[in-house]
Amino acid sequence: MKTIYKRPEVFTDAVTTYCGGCGHGIVGKLIAELIDEMGLQENGIMVWPIGCSCLSDRYYKMDMMMALHGRAPAVATGIKRADPSKFVMVYQGDGDLVSEGMAEIMHAAIRGENFSVIFINNAIYGMTGAQMAPTTLMGQKASTAPTGRMEDNSGYPVKMAEILAQLPGVVYSERVTVNTPSRINACKRALKKAFQLQLSGHPGMSFVEVLSPCPTGWSMSPIKSLEWIDEEMTQVFPLGVMKDVEKGGTEA
Amino acid sequence: MGEKVFMQGNQAMAESAIRAGCKLFFGYPITPSSEVPEYYARAMRERPEENITFIQAETEVAAFNMVAGAVATGHRAMTATSGPGFSLGQETMSYMAAADLPAVIVEIMRAGPADGEILAAQGDYFQAVKGGGHGDYNNLVLAPYSVQELCDLIQESFALAEKYHNPVILLSDATLAKMRESVELPGRTEVPVPAEQYNALRGCGKDKEPHKVVTCGDGPIQWGQFNERLQAKFKRIKEHEVRYETYQLEDADIILVAYGSMARVCQSAMNMAREEGLKVGMIRPISLWPFPEKAFEGIVGKKFLVCELSAGQMVEDVKLSVENKRDVSFFGKLGGTTPSPKVILEQIRKMGGAK
Amino acid sequence: MGKLEIDFDRCKECGYCIKFCPKGVLSKGTKVNKKSYYPPVVGEGCIACGTCARVCPDTAISVYKDE
Repeated sequence: MKTIYKRPEVFTDAVTTYCGGCGHGIVGKLIAELIDEMGLQENGIMVWPIGCSCLSDRYYKMDMMMALHGRAPAVATGIKRADPSKFVMVYQGDGDLVSEGMAEIMHAAIRGENFSVIFINNAIYGMTGAQMAPTTLMGQKASTAPTGRMEDNSGYPVKMAEILAQLPGVVYSERVTVNTPSRINACKRALKKAFQLQLSGHPGMSFVEVLSPCPTGWSMSPIKSLEWIDEEMTQVFPLGVMKDVEKGGTEA
Repeated sequence: MGEKVFMQGNQAMAESAIRAGCKLFFGYPITPSSEVPEYYARAMRERPEENITFIQAETEVAAFNMVAGAVATGHRAMTATSGPGFSLGQETMSYMAAADLPAVIVEIMRAGPADGEILAAQGDYFQAVKGGGHGDYNNLVLAPYSVQELCDLIQESFALAEKYHNPVILLSDATLAKMRESVELPGRTEVPVPAEQYNALRGCGKDKEPHKVVTCGDGPIQWGQFNERLQAKFKRIKEHEVRYETYQLEDADIILVAYGSMARVCQSAMNMAREEGLKVGMIRPISLWPFPEKAFEGIVGKKFLVCELSAGQMVEDVKLSVENKRDVSFFGKLGGTTPSPKVILEQIRKMGGAK
Repeated sequence: MGKLEIDFDRCKECGYCIKFCPKGVLSKGTKVNKKSYYPPVVGEGCIACGTCARVCPDTAISVYKDE
């Protein structure tokens, strides 16, 4: 029999603590596949955030560093500047990247730090109990926005892939999602592109934003959460390549 | 080695750090520390063979975290800041102690609280020594009192940080930072191989055990054990790294206790007092954590005068050292003014009853 | 033609594999696992396309194909 698919080798045996249907599980798996395929275990260091994915040290046989909330891009800057030969991957959620760590991601991008950033956008704070995120949609309910996000109090959701695409230090910015098999494949292609840019020594930051289902945070079934991404999230956060330096300039 | 130069504290310290193999500096400009990042910035461009990297971080929060990432790879790295920036870095201080990271943090005190004044003060003692960050942790804190000591102690700081896998704070102040003194610049020290450093992040490959810096707990039992391991680390530092200097204690009636630039003032005051026939000595803590309690052992029947550029912070540790059973007085100055030795002498005279 | 192996205790019953299988090979199971989830049962007709494994957030499905 030919093996079509089995668990990536870089994974440990641990069962994740993610909820059933969580996008972290899907993206985490794609990252594991790429680590195996591209040989990143040899020279790679992952920097992980505070959030639902904070227990990721259990899942990978990789050198990794847990950062304080929001600080992963700064920690990664220290690692990569100390040893530019290392492959450095930064993984963050919406609280980590857009809120607590807004200064860190912006300035790492401004400086054009040569690492790959994977941003999991599920429009809610999962780990701490479904509070509002800077990416929560208008009218979307959260425990700190019980009547839904409202403009007078909380402004509008933040579109990081677009914002970062405007910075010269960012060489790649794409928004993808994982709510169908073909989109999961597209997500993997985007991650691979981001990793390849770093490995090729092309200076600058590569950034992939993933719209990710959070069934628990959104109070819906996993299947419904996949639908909600199409019904609501992609209206506010359009999918696509915002910037690809290899294709010259911005591409919508 | 052996070059004698007339050099500013901040710059001499930066040069000594470079010679200690610290080629990575991450920092945010803040008076009175800015000469340190500036020195590194110039060295990066003027001495390319040294492979120096200077990054001006966006905030002190980022700078401290960059240092954390850099030292995690086994390379020497540091930052330098002042009170407001040091306050910002406190979450990261807690993190680095927990994560066994050998960071070197230079804190150059100025007069707080808040934005305050840019002149020398010692009001950050509590924050540095007692730990301004959350949780149970300690940092080795060293307090130089001259440009020479700045240079010698910064080099030792890297070795000590690596020895104990813990951050080391070099607690300086605006006067030491900006003053120029004759100093013998230290030579280059032997720098350990980064990849061989304790648990350095290097990419594990398929055959090595991965190294993971994990600072969140896995239930109270595991986290309790994690804390016990940290406490054992701090206990080792406490046992081995007490440093202090004593001056003319044997026949002294009054003993001054001071550190940093205030110790220079007190040293002059002590000498002036001696010229008047007053028997004055001094204890100068060099390690503020661990505090040199044993310097006070067995000294009875004398009066201690603790002098600080603050409302009284180290004086609490002096009182603890003597179990509050001996005569401890305090003289402090706030606002960024450093008193002249005559002012201290006046205090001594009042205490001694003479003249 | 295709063979699936479900890692029984890894499954969290999200339902993605059942939804996306193009041949309707998978359906909701009736046996509960250690985490109180009901992993899917595998029926006939698997073509080893790998879609179920593609969508599973827990890598609970391995896919094999007859040569």
